[in-house]
Amino acid sequence: MKRAFKMPGFSVGFIMAFTFVAAALISFFWTPYGTSGVDIVNKLHSPDATNWFGTDHLGRDIFSMIMVGARTSIAVAIVAVGIGVLLGVPLGLAAAARKGSLLDEFIMRGNDLIFAFPALLIAILITAVFGPSAINAIIAIGIFNIPVFARLSRAGALSLWTRDFVLAARVSGKSRFRISFEHILPNITNLLIVQGTIQFSLGILAEAALSYIGLGAQPPIPSWGRMLADSQTMVSFAPHLALFPGLAIVLTVLGLNLMGDALRDLFDPKLRRDRQ
Amino acid sequence: MLIFTLKRLLSLGLSLIAASVAIFFVVEIIPGDPARLMLGINATQDAVDALRTQMGLDQGLLARYWLWASGLLQGDFGISYTYRVPVAEMVQGRVWVSLPLALYALLLSTLIAFPIGIIAAAKRGSWADWLVMGGTQLGVAIPNFWFAMIMVSILAIKYGLFSAGGFPGWDEPLAALKALTLPAFVLALPQASILARVMRSSLLDTLSEDFMRTARAKGRTARGAMVHHALRNAMIPVLTIIGLQFSFLLAGAIIIEKIFFLPGLGSMIFTAITQRDLIVVESVVMLLVFAVILVTFLVDITYALVDPRLRRRA
Repeated sequence: MKRAFKMPGFSVGFIMAFTFVAAALISFFWTPYGTSGVDIVNKLHSPDATNWFGTDHLGRDIFSMIMVGARTSIAVAIVAVGIGVLLGVPLGLAAAARKGSLLDEFIMRGNDLIFAFPALLIAILITAVFGPSAINAIIAIGIFNIPVFARLSRAGALSLWTRDFVLAARVSGKSRFRISFEHILPNITNLLIVQGTIQFSLGILAEAALSYIGLGAQPPIPSWGRMLADSQTMVSFAPHLALFPGLAIVLTVLGLNLMGDALRDLFDPKLRRDRQ
Repeated sequence: MLIFTLKRLLSLGLSLIAASVAIFFVVEIIPGDPARLMLGINATQDAVDALRTQMGLDQGLLARYWLWASGLLQGDFGISYTYRVPVAEMVQGRVWVSLPLALYALLLSTLIAFPIGIIAAAKRGSWADWLVMGGTQLGVAIPNFWFAMIMVSILAIKYGLFSAGGFPGWDEPLAALKALTLPAFVLALPQASILARVMRSSLLDTLSEDFMRTARAKGRTARGAMVHHALRNAMIPVLTIIGLQFSFLLAGAIIIEKIFFLPGLGSMIFTAITQRDLIVVESVVMLLVFAVILVTFLVDITYALVDPRLRRRA
């Protein structure tokens, strides 16, 4: 962790991403103003000392809405990554442990199939069937994360299965299942962390897109994507409505990507040795 | 090459069957009666029964799947409940907006990404490289619908350079192309950023290969070695990404169409969702997935043409 912070990319990225995580956490206890009340008298104020980011068409404070919106974005993205890791990693490990078997073939072809559905189409299908909500957005993004982690852990595990320490474990009589979890998994954690960071940022973007088209979090839950959708017709005379939620998305995603890139560089020397 | 193509063709067929089964059953697991769901709570039992018969809901599950899937194969997508016209007819008018938009964006993405990716790789570590890496990092992070809103308010509303939305139809090809230009550019930007980064890293990998040194030792100029040896070898990962991007562009087009009020498959699918016209949703999603699987197939074939090693391995 210390080494990571010595990399400028990681530090800058961490500060950007952490700002929004902190904002989300603080919003549970405090926001400058409430986000559910309507205050028509003070609608569409430009940014000033009382409303730092201005107010929206219902007079709600945009700064407060962005803080609460961070909650939605981060929660959706984290749970979606969690689904991908919890289901994808065991599948990938199982496929690698029985490489070439029917199970391997079945898992990998199943993954190909999910890959053929862009996340947005999965979301459309799910919302068409179950109706739009934050939960369904999580499921849609989460399903798409499963093959990502399954492929990654399979590829990472395959290169490890040929190594001497795995052979030693097999000789000592450990089952493939135990080897996968006791020896393979700890050695692919780095890969998973890097990919997790990237999928997290993709999840934020996907949540924003789904909320923007009305398939994600529903009112009155504030979400960055829906704030942008609400602002669309007013952007020409109240640009601040679109500016701040958009910047929040860009900065969070940029921060996470910078962190992911820095971590990959940090872990890379080891990866390179693994490949040889 | 023939055996390779046949194998791929078989896998294409299996993927299509699996995808159609998946889509069919997702729509099937709706709790309650789809006919009742589509008609709302005030519908009479007669109307619900009529719709059930029309949708084939009075038949068994397998029979229904067969009816739907065999219909798709013959270009029969079912009949939209809301509009009472064949879905195939509705799709026909709109596919000529969505498909050109995605292809236009793919073209733009490639045209933007290739030169900047190549420059960044050729001048690694220079200010140009830094600029490209920084710019593409930003390009990936900016949500394209937000970028679209900004572009519309600046380029279209303030300066009037582009239309803010709408589509004149292909009877006026130039006007149609102009109407698609800004949407396609917005759609292409994140993909171009990704593609440029892949192009750069793939080229850098290739440039460090022994055969590149050999090429230079034979007396090739740096430019000659790049064009004749490096680029072709660096194309495999780039082609993969281009193939994958098409599916993102096609799906992404759905959102961008909404912003620019383009009458494509996207707006159709959203209207269908709000009207609970599930026959339309089911068929359009299947059509898009078909396009994605088909493109993956074409990319695989292109690989084998570019890289003979892959033919033998398969």
